[in-house]
Amino acid sequence: MITYLEAIREAQAKALADDPRVYIYGQDVGSFGGAFKATKNLAKEFPGRVLDAPISEDAMVGSAIGAAIEGMRPIIEIQYADFSTPGFNQIVNHAATLFWRTEVSCPITIRLPSGGTAGSGPFHSQSMEGLYAHYPGLVVMTPATVEDAYSMLLEAVAIDDPVIFCEHKYLYYHLKAEGLPTEALPVGKARIARQGRDITVVTYSAMVHECLAAAEDLVAEGYEVEVVDLRSIKPLDTDTVLASVARTGRLLAVGEAWPWGGVTAEILARVASEGFGLLDVPPRRLNAKNTPVPYHPNLWGTHRPTAQTVARALRELLRL
Amino acid sequence: MLDTDPRVSAPLSAREPFAQAYRWMLLARLLEEKLASLYRGGKIHGGVFLGKGQEALSASLGMALRKGDIFAPLIRDQAGRFAFGEDILDAVRTYLGSKLGPMRGREGNVHRGRPREGCYPMISHLGAMISVVCGGLMARRFKGETGVVGATCIGDGGTSTGSFHEALNLAAVEKLPLVLVVANNQFAYSTPNSKQFACNDLVDRAAGYGIDGHKVDATELDACLDVVGRAVERARTGHGPQLIVATLLRLAGHGEHDDASYIEAELKESALGRDCLREAECALLERQWASAAELDAWREEALRQIEEAVATVQREPAPDPNAENWCALSTPHLDDTFGH
Ligand SMILES: Cc1ncc(C[n+]2csc(CCOP(=O)(O)OP(=O)(O)O)c2C)c(N)n1
Repeated sequence: MITYLEAIREAQAKALADDPRVYIYGQDVGSFGGAFKATKNLAKEFPGRVLDAPISEDAMVGSAIGAAIEGMRPIIEIQYADFSTPGFNQIVNHAATLFWRTEVSCPITIRLPSGGTAGSGPFHSQSMEGLYAHYPGLVVMTPATVEDAYSMLLEAVAIDDPVIFCEHKYLYYHLKAEGLPTEALPVGKARIARQGRDITVVTYSAMVHECLAAAEDLVAEGYEVEVVDLRSIKPLDTDTVLASVARTGRLLAVGEAWPWGGVTAEILARVASEGFGLLDVPPRRLNAKNTPVPYHPNLWGTHRPTAQTVARALRELLRL
Repeated sequence: MLDTDPRVSAPLSAREPFAQAYRWMLLARLLEEKLASLYRGGKIHGGVFLGKGQEALSASLGMALRKGDIFAPLIRDQAGRFAFGEDILDAVRTYLGSKLGPMRGREGNVHRGRPREGCYPMISHLGAMISVVCGGLMARRFKGETGVVGATCIGDGGTSTGSFHEALNLAAVEKLPLVLVVANNQFAYSTPNSKQFACNDLVDRAAGYGIDGHKVDATELDACLDVVGRAVERARTGHGPQLIVATLLRLAGHGEHDDASYIEAELKESALGRDCLREAECALLERQWASAAELDAWREEALRQIEEAVATVQREPAPDPNAENWCALSTPHLDDTFGH
């Protein structure tokens, strides 16, 4: 058995082994193996290529851009996605614009341990994918499975553009698979995580599992829920979403990020403009509440969508 | 005991602040031990971060400040919080997520404060508090208040942030009465000084900003009281920002989840690894500033306060999501409630 976290480690080990241009830079990633142990033993296995960074996110990302210009393929580990904000300027204004301005590509991978876990509070829980997806020039990946964590991270490193790799901390230890995949869907392709004919739920990352649990709950009530896992939110596989809605006529989009704008709004906008005639009822979305992420598990459990709230939203849409 | 021992010859007038600081340090240490045991028993959600080894420095800062000053404590400042006036219930309620605490269960552990009382609650992003304290001091200046000091702390790791640089430079340009205490405890999580900065001593940076720099051995309470006290006084009397760089060793993991096995035994056994609390205790006895019986009584009193606070808070309600006001604006009619 291999966990989501181990898959991330294995992908980095393979990237380092396969490509001498790859190196890893981040706080505590060296001999310590990272705050979450995503780089465990890599410094020993790949001497000189897994480096501890000072607490300097702006400079970490900036240095990666410079190294990429010179032909390297850096992987930057930000300790928590939330701490990417001091590096935001370099990510959105520099990495994201480089190719467009110069025709020199910027093959960097920025790993963001994302999303909420109980007791983590407002600064160790954020889901920032929508923010990064807003900027042209970035690819944004949001793997929901062990297999995708592995194969998509390898693809992120191989892609010639800056990739924001949003790995979900809640899945790190919870999620296990039999082994590493040998093949994978290409990035940009969504996956039907569960087939169903009555309603489509479009989601990504940890919320895929809440939605699958909700779908399971609704079986007893006679409903078949189709769950689409976007895998990457930019590019966003509109065709797979539309094809699913064409089969079901109903749409719920679920995301752990805040409601204003963002991924779920984008899904609804696309389906409303391109697939209005496919919808039997108005589409709906479910997000976290519009406040910072609370610390206490009682509050956190209500702040984010869960299998229960997804199931409730599904029932409401199914009864329309 | 020899008369030439500087500790023994310390003047009696120094007893009062020393003993007071010791008691804050002791209360902080014992409270944190209690919190660590609650954490191990699964009673605390999220992390627990101890100030073990940093109490002398932190208490000295809290004591040098006075009501009306601004203080933005950081991760390892329980002793300074107490000395600045934090109620033990604020600490316990935040750690246990009580609805009745200042953060109402919305925030946990060290992310707490009371801005209206001059205690700014940290955000996690290291370096972010310094400029905020600067702004607080600018506001006091606009309002014509004089003699105010603003203080905050940061670790050796936090000095590598852009925020640290921007804020210190701003403070220097504005000649603000800022006291920035850098607790160089040799490690930022697992990262040693050698991977954090390459200057000989962080205090050398003061010259680059054009501000006063001070060094202090944070294992020595006398030295902390003296150096921090003088720096705060200089800030208060118009000498601009003061950078204090204290050396010590973190005597705990980064958080209680971390066994800190990366800290070499040699370092722990060196002078840096001395425990400021134990050193202060020895000094109290040697100088006959306190008897063993008094020390015991202080400890008992601290433990009693802690047990009482924990017992009180454990009976308090957890936040109720249904009663929670899910609004992040103070202007509720401007809240965007679409879909809620
Ligand atoms: C901008 C930013 N990046 C990363 C982190 C994650 N982080 C939390 S504490 C810590 C180490 C802090 O070390 P130091 O500043 O030396 O303080 P100490 O813990 O030693 O007191 C790190 C990297 C953070 N809080 N803020």
